Amino acid sequence: MGPGVIRDAHGYPALRPDLDLIAGMVEPQVRVLDIGCGDGVLLHYLDREKGCDGRGIEISQQGVQESVARGLSVIQGDADHDLDFFPDDAFDVVVLSQTLQATRRPDMVIRNLVRIGRRAIVSFPNFGHWRCRAHLLIRGRMPRTRGLPYAWYDTPNIHLCTITDFVRSCAHAGVRIETSLALDSRGRVVRRNAPDGYANLIGEIGMFVLTRDRV
Amino acid sequence: MAPDTGRAPAGPEDPGPENPGHDDSGQKDPLAADGVTRIACLAVDKPMPLDCGRSLGPIEIAYTTFGRLNAARSNAILICHALTGDQHVLGTHPVTGKPGWWETLVGPGRAIDTDRYFLICSNILGGCMGSTGPAGIDPATGRIWGTDFPVVTIADMVRAQALLIDHLGIKRLFAVVGGSMGGMQVLQWAASLPDRLFAAVPIATAARHSAQNIAFHEVGRQAIMADPDWHHGRYAEHGSRPVKGLAVARMTAHITYLSEMALHNKFGRRLQDRGARSYGFDADFQVESYLRHQGSTFVDRFDANSYLYITRAMDYFDLAADHGGVLAHAFRGSRVRFCVISFSSDWLFPTAESRAVARAIAAVAGNVSFTEIETDRGHDAFLLDEPVFARIVEGFLDGAAGHAGIDRT
Repeated sequence: MGPGVIRDAHGYPALRPDLDLIAGMVEPQVRVLDIGCGDGVLLHYLDREKGCDGRGIEISQQGVQESVARGLSVIQGDADHDLDFFPDDAFDVVVLSQTLQATRRPDMVIRNLVRIGRRAIVSFPNFGHWRCRAHLLIRGRMPRTRGLPYAWYDTPNIHLCTITDFVRSCAHAGVRIETSLALDSRGRVVRRNAPDGYANLIGEIGMFVLTRDRV
Repeated sequence: MAPDTGRAPAGPEDPGPENPGHDDSGQKDPLAADGVTRIACLAVDKPMPLDCGRSLGPIEIAYTTFGRLNAARSNAILICHALTGDQHVLGTHPVTGKPGWWETLVGPGRAIDTDRYFLICSNILGGCMGSTGPAGIDPATGRIWGTDFPVVTIADMVRAQALLIDHLGIKRLFAVVGGSMGGMQVLQWAASLPDRLFAAVPIATAARHSAQNIAFHEVGRQAIMADPDWHHGRYAEHGSRPVKGLAVARMTAHITYLSEMALHNKFGRRLQDRGARSYGFDADFQVESYLRHQGSTFVDRFDANSYLYITRAMDYFDLAADHGGVLAHAFRGSRVRFCVISFSSDWLFPTAESRAVARAIAAVAGNVSFTEIETDRGHDAFLLDEPVFARIVEGFLDGAAGHAGIDRT
């Protein structure tokens, strides 16, 4: 499932590399909730290729419309308001891809993720990446990168964090990190299972698999 | 054929058992012609119990069908009409001469495609377009029912529809689709008969009628009952009709179907056919003239007592109350695929009500899609040409059809 393939066997466009990576972590036939599912491309892939029972949450009318038109079940809503209503253990896997930084209370969202899902796959832009640091250090201005393309005043990303911040928040919330990956902007893995300072420096995207802490 | 007017309670064309339009020919071909009103005689052997404690039977339900039922009998969609709608979802209405009420959404090649699906649209129990209702004859007394007609509920309407579906030989509907009161019926179908439908599309609706909505309905009912021509509901025997009261009821209701923006865009403060104010109580403003027109045309096709009964049925609707006060319990264990749709400027059934339905279904890990359509046209938007709305319905049904194994034709 390399990122080089343009179209898959069904003639569908290949998944974005980070979504492809997530898809690889999801077992067949499981129940999946994709929060911020956009046009439903990941859910559609999981439904078609792995026989998963998928649900989505998406904030935009257009995203919901495109998802529904693909035959997916998607609720127009957001991670801050629409997770409370799902029961405990409703899903095997909950996906929050590049959305955490746009939520109002990321800490509450993380707690909800591992409450309603057995496992949660979370990815977010890493503000600790050396280019962000250099941007701020040298230019003294808020970084604008490929992963964070917005000006400071109109960005939907209201709660940016670093890989280190995220790891500490998980510990604080009693959430166990099962897998940690640092990715470059194209979604290629640059460091595996070491959520350390080095990953924080070289990763443009942090991707984590979370579970509830065993007590 | 349909009775010629909604108001003739038992006119010469009122279809009885001998009426040629009567459909008791079995289940060979209930779909010979599109859009023809047929009358199904139901609950013949044993009366149907009602929520109010009384029972009713036999029951006549007027309905139309469009498209073809496939060999597997798996492509039937029940269309549920709103408060003042009827079975004429498509095609010229026999009373008003206007197009069907959902021509924007339903028809060949449209979002609800009659080339692919078999549509059934029934006039509700308590209605006045050929179904058993207060304008019909009470078999026990031989008199027109009037207000002796039992109070019916949304659940009673759905029971009668289920009998109709039995009568047509359909075990499971592919989908039940409806807006406003029709949407209430959709939710009731999903809650009480989840095994008899694959998909549900409740549009611009709610799981309960709000206090504000009950208040508006009460104004309408009081207008009817205050009309001296109402005669405590026995106006037919007096040779009169409470047209003024019914028109006022319609005018009030009609305001709730629009939004302030829709009224402003349509009329503003423009004057009607005059250059200056009359300083009197004629319809100076276009909006007044419009409402008077809405009221006066409505009375030609609707029965006042039917209006009382149907508004009451909506008022009593509260799906959560019927399930121990927890709405989610209404959908527990349901395998129905839902598509809940609201409109941003609808203040009669605001988006929050639809979102509550979607969340209740999600709370029992049900299969639900929900979207709010951006529009300034108010509650009525579900009856108007809203392309995004149509695309959502089409996409959802198409996806559901794939899961239900319904082939493209």
